[in-house]
Amino acid sequence: MKPLAAQPSRRLSDAEIVARAHRSDRNFAILGLSVLVISMIVLLSLIVDFMVDGLGRIDLDFLTSFPSRRASEAGILSAWVGTTLVMLVTTALAVPLGVAAGLYLEEYAPRNWITHLIEINVTNLAGVPSIIYGLLALGLFVQSLAMGQTILVAGITLALLILPIIIVATREAVRSIPLEIREGAYALGADKWQTVSGYILPTARPGILTGAIVGMSRAIGETAPIITIGALTFIAFLPPSPVQDTFPFINFNWLNSPFTVMPIQMFNWVSRPQAAFHVNAAATGLILLLMTLLMNAIAIWLRYKIRRSMR
Amino acid sequence: MVAPVSPDSRTGRLRLTVSPVFLARRRVVDRIMRVVLFLSAALSVLVTAGIVYVLLSESLKFFAQVSIISFLTDTQWTPVFQDKHFGIMTLVSGTLVSSLIALLVAIPAGTVLAIYLSEFARPQVRETIKPFLELIAGVPTVAFGYFALLFLTPIFQIFIPGLAGFNLLVPGIVMGIMILPYIVSVSEDAMRAVPAELREGAYALGFTRLQTATRVVIPGAFSGVTAAYILGMSRAVGETMVVAIAAGQQAKLALNPLEGAATITSYIVQISLGDVPHGSIAYLTIFAAGMTLFLMTFAFNILAFWLRQKYREVY
Repeated sequence: MKPLAAQPSRRLSDAEIVARAHRSDRNFAILGLSVLVISMIVLLSLIVDFMVDGLGRIDLDFLTSFPSRRASEAGILSAWVGTTLVMLVTTALAVPLGVAAGLYLEEYAPRNWITHLIEINVTNLAGVPSIIYGLLALGLFVQSLAMGQTILVAGITLALLILPIIIVATREAVRSIPLEIREGAYALGADKWQTVSGYILPTARPGILTGAIVGMSRAIGETAPIITIGALTFIAFLPPSPVQDTFPFINFNWLNSPFTVMPIQMFNWVSRPQAAFHVNAAATGLILLLMTLLMNAIAIWLRYKIRRSMR
Repeated sequence: MVAPVSPDSRTGRLRLTVSPVFLARRRVVDRIMRVVLFLSAALSVLVTAGIVYVLLSESLKFFAQVSIISFLTDTQWTPVFQDKHFGIMTLVSGTLVSSLIALLVAIPAGTVLAIYLSEFARPQVRETIKPFLELIAGVPTVAFGYFALLFLTPIFQIFIPGLAGFNLLVPGIVMGIMILPYIVSVSEDAMRAVPAELREGAYALGFTRLQTATRVVIPGAFSGVTAAYILGMSRAVGETMVVAIAAGQQAKLALNPLEGAATITSYIVQISLGDVPHGSIAYLTIFAAGMTLFLMTFAFNILAFWLRQKYREVY
């Protein structure tokens, strides 16, 4: 037999190999946790930064004043009114359309090339950058259809943008409904639409709501597509009131009004060199941040509740 | 719809009858809803068609005035100056540099986090952690832009002396944080799709968790994880507000990430903010730039879609 000289001078014992493996496992777990902690620290420092910079600026005057050339007198009245109205349009369009499309793809669609095309298309739309939707709105709604830079156009644009989110959420919610519910409905004599409207939709409602909230929180913070349609940034007036004292008491003139929204107002202020305007931007951003975080928290809580009720 | 119950004519007791009128009405409603739902689904195809039509028609007007060759090879981008140049590569370079920085942050961090969540964390821990990651994805991009320009850049300037006030480095890092939750969720999905039997086999052979992750799970989920990276890249390329706020708007070849440079998206924002007359060459440039952006993200998305489809077929 040859001497064992070719072997490394010291062989690891089995116990050492196991110990080393365990160590690398533990080290990786620590690495994973620290990546997590770092990303949480970033999120936290972002929120704290906005609070430190902007919290002192938020008061009633700030919420009830129009933007102004003087930073200390400026407010976000037109911005939050604009955001509210644009979101009304967006929600009214995106939720019914998205739910209908999701229901079709999950419950009705035959397995053919048209369905496949629609599915690929929805996946692709979800990945189209938001600014491209802005260019679509600029070229189609603002220029070709001459609709102007209005609340309606912004609402439609954002609705198209969040449509894929709502479609995907609807599909997931519908897919998780057990087949027995459908079979039960059919056994009672219901036809397709009665099953879908009477059983599938109510059961899927929490999941759809989650998707709608996530989509709306995305739309509230979206800036790029609204800049692209050329929305003015200095709006010192409110859209016409939707309520009037003569018949029929409501009107939709506000849809065709110029507008500004909170992220646009914030972008406008952060782009200025004066630090006083940066404070305004931080205050606007803080409100925006709290709104979107709250909406996301509600969506997460809803999803958690759904998962628990399914068990 | 009215319940098909009516009193029996002879006994007067309620009896279940299905009237032909009820059935006919029901059939009509069912047909109508079928069409309505189909049209809603088909609308998404119209949106894509609309995007392609607008980008293509305006870009064609642009390329009637500027040759594609100079568009692709010129190294200057000065559409609003006297001496006009239209070298899109200038903007593409800014886009790619900032996106690559984002990936340099998001790929290592995202992969580690995805492995941790999928292979190490107990289910309760995982379900507690994931919502917090989703919160990052919920922050408006304009807020991240503010954060990059007014919070992170001054801090980075302490450590990196040559860092300009507007630069590509900090927005790149911030975009990396923004796409992190996305990369984690897509690659974790792919890792969890790897069958449990493969892991159990590895454990039976005496593999540790980390060895199982690196030698079994990641190779098994390779195409899905790659798809996650590509989708992250696509997001970073299309991200607008962070670079528009914190990267400056000077269009030049971005060779140094410590200096600012315009990206495709921030250029579109810059032109949209100014009052550019409809139909002018500057107006048309944002559509040509948008077309370039759309083609880039489209290529990434299709590639990722194909890769994800592939790993779904395997298992």
